[in-house]
Amino acid sequence: MKTLLNVAVLFLAGAFGLALGWAILDLPVAAVNLPEQLTAQLDMSGVVHPVTAVLLNFRGYDTLLEIAVLLLALLGILALPRHVSDHQHRPFTANPVLQTLARVLVPLMLLVAGYILWAGAHRPGGAFQAGAVLAGAGVLLHLAGLLPAWVTPGRTLRAGLAVGLLVFIAVAVALMAQGTLLQYPPGWAGALILMIEASLTFSLGLILAGLYLILADSRAQA
Amino acid sequence: MIFDLLLVAALLWSAVRVLTTPDLFRAVVLFIVFGLLMALAWARLDAPDIALAEAAIGAGLTGALLLDAVAHLHKKRQEQSP
Amino acid sequence: MNAALVYALTGTALFVLGVAGLILQPHLLRKILAFNIMGSGIFLVMVGLAQRAGTPDPVPQAMVLTGIVVAIAATALALALARQLLDMSGEMRLPEEKSGKDRLDV
Repeated sequence: MKTLLNVAVLFLAGAFGLALGWAILDLPVAAVNLPEQLTAQLDMSGVVHPVTAVLLNFRGYDTLLEIAVLLLALLGILALPRHVSDHQHRPFTANPVLQTLARVLVPLMLLVAGYILWAGAHRPGGAFQAGAVLAGAGVLLHLAGLLPAWVTPGRTLRAGLAVGLLVFIAVAVALMAQGTLLQYPPGWAGALILMIEASLTFSLGLILAGLYLILADSRAQA
Repeated sequence: MIFDLLLVAALLWSAVRVLTTPDLFRAVVLFIVFGLLMALAWARLDAPDIALAEAAIGAGLTGALLLDAVAHLHKKRQEQSP
Repeated sequence: MNAALVYALTGTALFVLGVAGLILQPHLLRKILAFNIMGSGIFLVMVGLAQRAGTPDPVPQAMVLTGIVVAIAATALALALARQLLDMSGEMRLPEEKSGKDRLDV
């Protein structure tokens, strides 16, 4: 019975896949040439790299909602009941080689994150990648036993987690005075985007590291 | 083109292996391999931004989260059946 | 048939694999893996389809970049919920699938 069901599911999935593939091959070419429009508007956006221009300027609300979703996911994880035990502050018996490596690598990773953030204006890079590198540094520090897992974030940490979203919302609200959401005045666009990206990187790094560090904490009580 | 076809075959093969390997730990490691192959695919599609993000987030951080979960699961199993 | 189209078709295959895995695998961790593979397939379709003319298109690329970050947030939340279930019931599978023990589980 069970295998019959499996075969049926596999068969239906295969048929579904073939239909999807046929639809893709059959699809007409889009009537709107987006890359061309983007190139035409690029010098108004304040940055030279088209992906960053789309992320932070033309479709800035996507990124605004995205950082909100990340913060919500972190809040959701924090809201789950976790048993806080006494021995989470136990000294880690981490490998000394790993500790030395972490001490050497983490400053380098911070440097790389800063570079990727700055490079985002004119070449591949930007807030997301820089935030991910920061989070990687956090995870490495935790694995080397140099950074304890998060039990409850304190006030400073909470402010750090929210600063990206708050700065973004503040800019959006300030620009609402002109009538449209997140439409930067052309002269200011570059500076505003850099400011938003810097705060986003900081918050993204903390949130992504937090996703790991909070979950790693529940290992201590197992 | 040959490289693209090889990469596509490797992607599909690793995805199938992720879903069918009996060992959970091995499935997670294969998933990390899948994420790195995805990063290569993004580089082939002229999307270096996504390639960077996929390698750091899709393979690195997701892999760390999943490995941590597997370790947690094994610890729990050992407690249940000492 | 150019390279971008090949990746778009691979995306559909990955999506379908993910759907089948999501339905057939009882273990929650495997469901999370399948869901991630599904997401990767959708990303490939989005970018591959937009670029089949041969020119890179930054709009879907930016959307996929957003999507990757949202996918890890969803994965982390799903893992937290799965762990909660493990702590409460000792099993990492949904209650209605407990009967279907097959050898693929740890």
